[in-house]
Amino acid sequence: MNYHRTIKSAVAAMAIALPLGSSGIAQAQDAVNLRMTIWSANEAHLKLFNEIAAGFSKDHPNVKVTYESLPFDTYTTALTTQIAGGNAPDMAWIFETAAYDFVNSGALYPLTDTLKAAKGYNLEELSATAAERWSKDGKLYAYPFSTSPFAMFVNNDAIKAAGAKTPAELIAAGQWNWDNAIATASTVGQSGKGGLIIRDFNYQIWQNLASVWNGWGASPWSADGKTCTMTEKPMVDALTFIHEAIFKKKAIPGPGENVDFFAGNAAMTITQISRASLLPKDKPFSWDLVPLPKGPAGEYSLIGQAGIGVMQAGKNAKTAAEFIAYMTNPENSAKLSQFFPSARKSLLNADVLKKTNPLLSQEQIDKVVISGIATGNVIPGHTGFAQIQQAVRSGLDAVWRPDADIAGTLQKICGQIGPLLKR
Amino acid sequence: MVVAQDHAVPEGRSSSPFWTIARRDSLAGFLFIAPQLVGISIFVLIPLGLVFWYSLHEWNVLANTFTYTGAQNYRMLIEDTNLLEVLGATAVFSSGLVIFNLSLALLLAVLLNQKLAGISIFRTLFFSPVVVSLVAWTIVWGFLLQKNGGINGLLQVFGVEGPNWLREETTAMISVIVVQVFKNVGLNMILFLAALQGVPNELYEAARIDGAPRFKQFRRITLPLISPTILLTSIITIVGSLQVFAQIAVLTQGGPGLSTTVLVYYLYQQAFQFHFFGYGSTLSILLFVIVAVLTFAQWQMRKRIVFYES
Repeated sequence: MNYHRTIKSAVAAMAIALPLGSSGIAQAQDAVNLRMTIWSANEAHLKLFNEIAAGFSKDHPNVKVTYESLPFDTYTTALTTQIAGGNAPDMAWIFETAAYDFVNSGALYPLTDTLKAAKGYNLEELSATAAERWSKDGKLYAYPFSTSPFAMFVNNDAIKAAGAKTPAELIAAGQWNWDNAIATASTVGQSGKGGLIIRDFNYQIWQNLASVWNGWGASPWSADGKTCTMTEKPMVDALTFIHEAIFKKKAIPGPGENVDFFAGNAAMTITQISRASLLPKDKPFSWDLVPLPKGPAGEYSLIGQAGIGVMQAGKNAKTAAEFIAYMTNPENSAKLSQFFPSARKSLLNADVLKKTNPLLSQEQIDKVVISGIATGNVIPGHTGFAQIQQAVRSGLDAVWRPDADIAGTLQKICGQIGPLLKR
Repeated sequence: MVVAQDHAVPEGRSSSPFWTIARRDSLAGFLFIAPQLVGISIFVLIPLGLVFWYSLHEWNVLANTFTYTGAQNYRMLIEDTNLLEVLGATAVFSSGLVIFNLSLALLLAVLLNQKLAGISIFRTLFFSPVVVSLVAWTIVWGFLLQKNGGINGLLQVFGVEGPNWLREETTAMISVIVVQVFKNVGLNMILFLAALQGVPNELYEAARIDGAPRFKQFRRITLPLISPTILLTSIITIVGSLQVFAQIAVLTQGGPGLSTTVLVYYLYQQAFQFHFFGYGSTLSILLFVIVAVLTFAQWQMRKRIVFYES
């Protein structure tokens, strides 16, 4: 009897437990953990991202979003290694230089349909030029959440101490061009401080030189990306100008020289406006933010971008796309724009930008930010960019010597990258 | 032996047992090396096989394609116009490192093999870089080697204008070698020191009685007796030199030009920066072959140069 009773009890327990257990399994299956790789570890950024994630989880209680900060310098390498290892994130930030690789390879989940379907999203107000690099065949594959213009930060104290003209004075006189900018930098450079720093260039990240050579109308390759144009006159002239600024005029710190503008050690630096947060608070100096100087080819501006894409290899691509739609909706884009200038037209006005960039004056916002985003070209990029970047970097090392043969070196570089551009 | 006696075959049985002494000894031996075999299989043999397998494929990580291409990556290896320069840089780095490291380590070991008060402080001092984080060590050297860095600042005190160490082809390679030597010379120094202390004093006494000068004692007694250690340190240093990566990545990123792009850094660029995992794997196979050939050659050389090996 006891034996039968035991069997019956066990069957009854299983009858109760199994449905409970299976419902538990079902709940576990519904739970979605989304992971986004980013290159920022800034606490204020992460706080905002977590707030946005919490907002999304209110409507999607089964979804949890986490952010994984990877080192900036090796970000793309770390990301592709994760993908190769079968551990692709659900979403990833993507550099503008790597955009073509990610968009053209099919690694990203198309976002257009999800963004259009999101209530109140208004995808149409995203600037078409800002979306260009992130689109293919009319579909958006990554959302350009940051469109940040390059501009020139100025240390007026250092310039006045050296007895040179400040950019503000040159702008007022209608003389804000590269010749005069380098003359000012040279005067400061020869006074013992640094002249002009092209931030992050460091004789490695040569694509940042576009902030100078675009003033000559130069470009490393043709608009269709198939032909190397580094041997053409605008590029030779621009690099000759930069070379003279480094080695003859001492206006730009030479290779191997480290000078920090934000520590007050240089006259000017070209960087993105988001770097205003680096301006010193303890020992402040009189600073200014001005547009890039006019070059021989006229006025110009340059923008850097960052996109967010959903990885096709992720398990929850559809939910991840919905999160991107939430993260970049008009309301959250306005919040994000305090750190990452938005390419939404409704957010590109002085009122909004003044609120999100309290350090900048109305004039700086008008002349640098709004004008820069509206008219700027994006930093050079190409399919297979890492390999092209390395080939050009290696080739340009011969230019960064006092006795360089610039035209000859550029000829060699074109010989090297020509086949890579045609791939 | 005790085990064998305990399980000895009882008298009167006609058939011999399966577990003979030899078999038991073999089993015990295999069991002792089993953990090591498992480790080698998981961390060496299987990855090696996989790398060879990958080298026969074109693996596009972003497009998630893995296509068999046969020997295409090996043909690419032969046609790669950068490879000769890369192998040249690797050879210069390795030979420079081995010669400088072993000479300095032996010199330091001889100097520190004295019974003087406070000598252990110097031994600790020279060994301490070995335990410092490699990347931290390299970053600090990176600052020192800047154009306006500490070393040129020091040279300026003496009225000498130092070169742009990391931006000129010759000095960049010398700088990377020196940074690596100073990092690891302490390890070889300790090995040499141990070997020197194992040389019997009687031999030196006999040599002195025979009137042999110090250098001759060193050449005829010390060097032959520490030759097994010289072989060991040279193998460790050569293999280590072929694996150098962090120093190049931090100090020069392979530049100027390709002057400090050694094989491992080139492999890293191809696989992890350019996403050519298949070709990167082919370069790994090349590196494996080079290391294997060099190690084999060194073992062969030991018959000629190593004396008194136990």
